[in-house]
Parts: sequence; C-alpha cells; structure tokens
Amino acid sequence: MVTLSDTTRNNMIADIPIVKPTAALKRRLEAIWGDPPGLAGFFSTVDHKRIGIRYLVTAFIFLLLGGIEALILRAQLAQPGETLLTPEQYNELFTMHGISMIFLYAGPVLSGFSNYLWPLLFGTRDMAFPRVNALSYWIFLAAGLFIYASFFMGAMPNDGWFGYVPYSSAEYNPGFNIDFYTLGLIFLGISTTVGAVNFVVTFMRTRAPGMSINRVPILVWGTLTASVANILVIPCVSLAFFLLWMDRNIGTHFFDVSAGGQPLLWQHLFWMFGHPWVYAIVLPAMGIVSDGLPTFCRRPLVGYALVALSTVATMALGFGVWIHHMFATGIADMSLAFFSGASIFIAVPSAVAVFAWLATIWTGRPVITTAFLFFAGMVILFVIGGVSGFMTASVPVDWQLTDTYFVVAHIHYVLIGINVFPVVGGIYYWFPKMTGRMLNERLGKWNFWTMFVGFNLGFFPMHITGLLGMPRRVYTYGAAFGWGDLNLITTLGSFLFAFGIALFFINVAISLRRSAPPGANPWHAPTLEWATSSPPPAYNFAVLPALASRHPLWEGELEEAPSRSVIDRGPALDDGHQMLGTTVLDAEPDALLNMPGPSYLPFILTVAMAVFFSAMLLQSWMLVAGSAAVMVATLLAWIWPRFSTVRLGREAREAVVSG
Amino acid sequence: MALVATAVWTMTTLAEVSGPPAEPAFTIEITAHQWWWEVRYLSDQPHRIFTTANEIHIPTGEPVRFELKSADVIHSFWVPALTGKTDTIPGQVNRTWLEADEPGVYRGQCTEYCGLEHARMGFEVVAQTPENFKTWREDQLHGAEEPPNGGTAARGERIFMASCSGCHQVRGTAAGGAMGPDLTHVMSRDMIAAGTLETSKANLAGWVADPQAIKPGTQMPALPLSGSELNAVVTYLDGLE
Repeated sequence: MVTLSDTTRNNMIADIPIVKPTAALKRRLEAIWGDPPGLAGFFSTVDHKRIGIRYLVTAFIFLLLGGIEALILRAQLAQPGETLLTPEQYNELFTMHGISMIFLYAGPVLSGFSNYLWPLLFGTRDMAFPRVNALSYWIFLAAGLFIYASFFMGAMPNDGWFGYVPYSSAEYNPGFNIDFYTLGLIFLGISTTVGAVNFVVTFMRTRAPGMSINRVPILVWGTLTASVANILVIPCVSLAFFLLWMDRNIGTHFFDVSAGGQPLLWQHLFWMFGHPWVYAIVLPAMGIVSDGLPTFCRRPLVGYALVALSTVATMALGFGVWIHHMFATGIADMSLAFFSGASIFIAVPSAVAVFAWLATIWTGRPVITTAFLFFAGMVILFVIGGVSGFMTASVPVDWQLTDTYFVVAHIHYVLIGINVFPVVGGIYYWFPKMTGRMLNERLGKWNFWTMFVGFNLGFFPMHITGLLGMPRRVYTYGAAFGWGDLNLITTLGSFLFAFGIALFFINVAISLRRSAPPGANPWHAPTLEWATSSPPPAYNFAVLPALASRHPLWEGELEEAPSRSVIDRGPALDDGHQMLGTTVLDAEPDALLNMPGPSYLPFILTVAMAVFFSAMLLQSWMLVAGSAAVMVATLLAWIWPRFSTVRLGREAREAVVSG
Repeated sequence: MALVATAVWTMTTLAEVSGPPAEPAFTIEITAHQWWWEVRYLSDQPHRIFTTANEIHIPTGEPVRFELKSADVIHSFWVPALTGKTDTIPGQVNRTWLEADEPGVYRGQCTEYCGLEHARMGFEVVAQTPENFKTWREDQLHGAEEPPNGGTAARGERIFMASCSGCHQVRGTAAGGAMGPDLTHVMSRDMIAAGTLETSKANLAGWVADPQAIKPGTQMPALPLSGSELNAVVTYLDGLE
C-alpha cells in the first residue's frame, strides 16, 4: 500500500536519471516485474493485465451461462401454452438470467477492460493498489461461483434480479433460493466496492506526467464516474440485502408488514442502487466507443470536453431518477412529477454523446473495420434504446408500458446495445494488444452482421408485443391474445443473435492459433497503450512516458500542442517495483511509489470470505467465527506497513517532465 | 424544445388522469391474492356490500373508484384499455379510478411479478349500461339458491361443505371460507381460475379434479374425490348462477 507517511517527508529524491530503453534495462525490469512461473504465479499475480484478462474471460463465461438461460426461456415462450418449463423452473431461469447478465457480466466485463487498459493508458506499470485489484477479481469469481452453487442445491434465486419483498420473504419463499441471492450479492458488492476505490485512487495518483485531466481518454472518465457512483450506491443495496437476510433468518421485521415493516423500503434501497448501476454498466462502454471511433475515423473525437462533462452529468442526474422504476407504487403525484422531469432531462447529456459520435464519423474518414461496425452499430441501438427509455420517463405513458415487454425491449437495447456491442467491438480493437494476435476481419464482419440482424429481429418486435399488452415475467400466455407470432419471431431472432455470439467465440479461438503478430500499433491509434509492444511486457513501459497532448501517437499529424510527448526516453525506476506518483489535476510528478509485488494474500482472503459466506448460508456459526478470524489475520498481514513513498525534489520533477 | 414539451405534456396529463373527472358514485375494493382477485362492492349500507371474484362489473359513462389492497405479496392492477397500472402493496391502500365509455369486456392482468402463477392471474372488467349494471348488482346481492332436496346437487352441496367451505364462501350457506374466491354466483362469470378457463361444467370438472395440472402452483389442492363425488360437487357448483 502506498501512503505518504511523515517519516518519508524529508526523504526526497534529488534527481532521477533519464535513460533510453536498452535491452539490459528491459531484462532487469522483467526480472523485477515478472510473475513467478506456473501455479505460484497464477495464484499470487497482481499484474493488472493478467487480472484484466481474467475479468474478461470470466465475465464472458457468465455471459454464456446467462445466454443459455435466455435461449431456454425463449424456447418456452416461442408459442402460447408451451410446457417445456414448469413455472418454478421458468422463474429461477429468468432470475438467474438477470443476475448473470447484470451483475456477473455487464459490470465485471467493463472492469476487465479498465483493469487491463488503465495503467497502459496512463503510461504506468500497475494500478494504485495491485493486491486490491487481485482481491476484487478473486471475490468476483468466488461470488459468481457461490451464486451458481444454488443450481447444484436445486434452489436458484427465483424472485427476479430485483428480489421484491414480500415475495422474497421467508413466509412466501422458504428455502435457500433467496439466501443465495442476498449473501451472494453482498459478497459480490465487496468486489465492486474495492475495485471502484482502486480505480478512483489510480486515477488520482498514477497518470503519466503531463496527463492532466483534460487529456485522459473518455473510457477513463466513464470508469471513474461509474466507480464514484458504485462507492456511493453499493452500500444502499448491500444494506438492503443484509436487512432481507436478517428478516429471513434471524427474525427482524424491516420489510414485514404485519410487524410494521415497509415493503417499499426495499424498492427505494434497491433502485437507489439499481438505476445508477445501469449508468455504471453503460458509461465505461460509451467510453470504449468514444475512444475507439476516432481511431477508425482518423480524427480526434468531436467535442471531447462536452462528452467528458456529459459523462459526469449523466451520473449526477442518474442519482435522481430511481423513482421511475416505481411510478405505479402509489407515490404522491408531486414526487412523480419531479422524478419524471429528471428522467426526461437525463436525455440531454446522452444526446450530446450521440451527436459527438455522429459528428466524428461524419467529419472523419472512416475505415470500415469490424470494430468500427460494432461501435457505429452501438450508436444506432443507443438511439432506439434512448427513445424507448425517454418514453417510459413520462409517468402516464409509463403506467401503460411498465412491466410489459416494451420495457424488456428497452432494457435489452440499453444493455446489449450500449454494453455488449461496444464490448465485442472493444475486443476486436484491443485483441492485438492483449494477445499479440489479430482477430479475423472476414469472420468478424459475419460476426457483426449476424449479431446486429439477430438482435434487432429478436428484440424490436418486443416493443410491439409490449404495446399489445404482454406482461413481463410470465412463463406462458394464452393463444387468444395473439402474441404468438411476435414471440416466435423474437425467439428466432434471439437464436440468430446467439449464433452471432458463437461466431465471436469461434473467431477468438481460431485467431489465437493462426493470424500474424500485429506489431505495437496495428490500427495507427493515438493513445499510450499502443506505444508499447503487443502484448506488453510485465512492466508495461521500460521508460515512463511524459505527455504533452491528448493524442501522443498522433502528434506528427495533429500539431495539437507546442511541445511533443516524450516516449522514447524517461525515468527507468528499476530499483524494485516502482512507479511514479503524480498530482490529481495536472499530473505533475510528485513522488516515487514503491509497490507490492506478487502476493498470496488476496487469494487467501477470498477463500476465507467464501467460507464465511457459505457458513452464513448454512448458519454454521462456529465456521462463521473461524473464517472471520482468518480474515482478520490476513488483513493484518496485508496492512502491515512495508511500502514507502518518496517525494521527488524539484530537479527530479523537472527531469521527469522534460525528458 | 422537444424535452420541455414532453415534460409539460407529462405534467398536464398526469394532473388530468391522477384523479377522476367527477366524484365517483361508488367504490370497489380489490384485494389481490396469489393468484386471483377478490372484488368487494362497498356501500354505505352494510347489507348492500357483497364480494365476488375475478370479474368486475361497472356501469358505462361514469367514473368508478378503486381501492387496491393485497392479501400477500405485491401485485399490480392493470386494465390496458381502461387505465394504467397501480400496484397492490401489502400494508397500504392504493387508489385508482376507471371509466368505460362503451359496454364491453375488458381484459385485466396482474403485472407485478408475484410468484409461480403470475402468468395466470387475469380478470375481466365488464362494462354494462347503467340499467344492466343495476340489475346485475341486485342479482349479486342475493345469496345462493338452495339445491332441490335429494338430488345430485344436494349431495354435492354436502360434499362441498365438508371439503371446500374452509376456503370458499357461498353466501346464503354455511360456507364462509376466505382463502379462495367467493363462489356464490360462480356460473354467472365468464371465466374461472382467474381468467384461465372459460366457465363451463366440463372445465369446472377438470379444474376441481386437478387444479395443479391446469395452473401448477395454485393454492387450491386436488381433493381426494371419487368420480361420483366430483360429479356431485360440479353439479352443485353448476347451479350457482
């Protein structure tokens, strides 16, 4: 852990040598930053690149599971009155579909991108808290496995991803189903929270010298904004989960009407989290598009400052719209009007982003790669999802549309359109950086068009099904309603979409084996991650770069700044795991950070926590106490002060900036 | 501009639809159950209060007020052609109103996920001319007619009292259960099992014989009735018009 302690205040570094990246230096850095080989490295690594790729792979596995669940649901709904699933099976599957996609895929996949990319974008060597980074991944994995363990106990959560009381109370829902839900999501919330703290501090402390806040990529703005939101709202929902767990297991009455409890308390706590979470799982994905599109349009993003500000504005407004999930609960008209207004005006910052993307494409010279298609496709889906969201923001319209398939269509245009499409496009974009291989472009075009056509074929008709009155979350419907044909089209479309996703995985599998090494910057992209080799070495950069503009690799063409970024020479910091600390706003070099190396502590702590939550589930109080003791001991070992921060003297600061 | 216009439209429409245009003449109390609707016509005169289920009759051309309650979990009351959704939430009474201009049958449905049979929790709103509505209401106030002595229906009534009356009410008899729908005039309703089956003697027989086969998860158990007992009960129910 990096702290500015009093004892190091006088311990300044007078000067830092500026060097060229020689082969000898690279060997030395590899010896310092490389992981131990084999299993030891697997369990102890804190390398943000390995962790980022693990996040991506794990999130895609949950995407697959959630997708298989969705296809089973669609098979059941293909025609009226089908009996493929019992009501209980249907309810468990739609609940696990929501939990998998919203909690175990959509958020973590974006953490994967940001974990992998941030230190590379920042020209540094790791996140601010490398061990916390490892911890957040291990907990994500363990919580996902914990929730899916319910499948093997035949008791999967069955009250939707929103878990409304009182149906989720012990009276109406005995059994382990909801306990898996409450405990599993509290567990996962710890991962999200520590990850968010790590992003915020990494942003504040480790950007390359010269990377002032007006020079960070939009992906960074998206993830930073989402992380701040998560730190504020995850406590709401974790509290709600804990209150529900207590109601169910130790006899409290927070939501129990017969004892003066209040069911709507649950909905408020849940949606105070739930709506900001929607923005948390789209803003970083919008950032992927904002950063990816310019590369393929061969020009900088139009309206950088406006897009960055609208990202923050969306989140700020996003805290004040949660009641639009509760318009039908009998809340007073005055509050309905307020939240309806906020939900309408949140369209403004979103529209700013859309116009910025359109202008970037319009005024650029687009190169039609697969990644470009996914990013441009996202803009179209974003507009459709935005308009349907805008419609439901209006209370009287929402009273008709809410809880029908219209909203199912809306949520999928938002989550697939604004999350899945940018994510797959982002993989096409950064795959060469991550793996040293290019994804096949020909297969990629097939991949895009099957996904795009399948998605619209499957989900656009849902708007109509909803307008015809089909409610959400029904396991079957009567033939007399006339919804059968539309549902059949939706089912066919969703299978086509799934085939498109399968093409993506096939492309990954094939391209990992064949395809030529791409070189450091195959797309001729402007940002720092493309300044190092593909894949990058363990230490990312042999000499640490200093920035003079937003597009360090386009300075030859753009002439944005009077001076040039310095990439081919810089401080080596090769005396142990060392990074530069910079200031929050202007990223002026400020300190030398001594970082921790590989550690087993994150893995050990996660195992102890997994035992703790399993013991809570089974109410084995001895095991709860035992695992809690192990957790405390591990944390003590973790926070034992070992890593110092050294301030830079004036000459050292100037040397780092000017090269 | 478009946003402001939408916001203004939202506010004015909200103000317009949040309350009825005129003071409603009467109030219907709806209590949502897993997975059916209890319908209670309120009145200042206690003897004019009565309960029915899953089918709501209203007069055309005038607003009717609804008080919405829940007996168990959260449900939502929705008649797409007549009004938007209002949740029924345990521990609180929500209010809404609706008005039908034309006589007809309007389908309603639960729209808040409420468990196993959320899909099969429908109801009907039957809008009638004020005269027809008045006749219907007077009919409903009557208790059930006693079946003729010694017949199959009378035997069915005895079995009903022994096996079914714990959950169901038939006004005018000793059956006073409140767990399931009131059956006093069950055959006068279009549908049984909350909008699941059309009302007919055959459907009723299938339903009583094995409710779980038709609506898996329903609170109604399959009773151990012999063939002739089943026939007797259904014959009795068939007389409850």
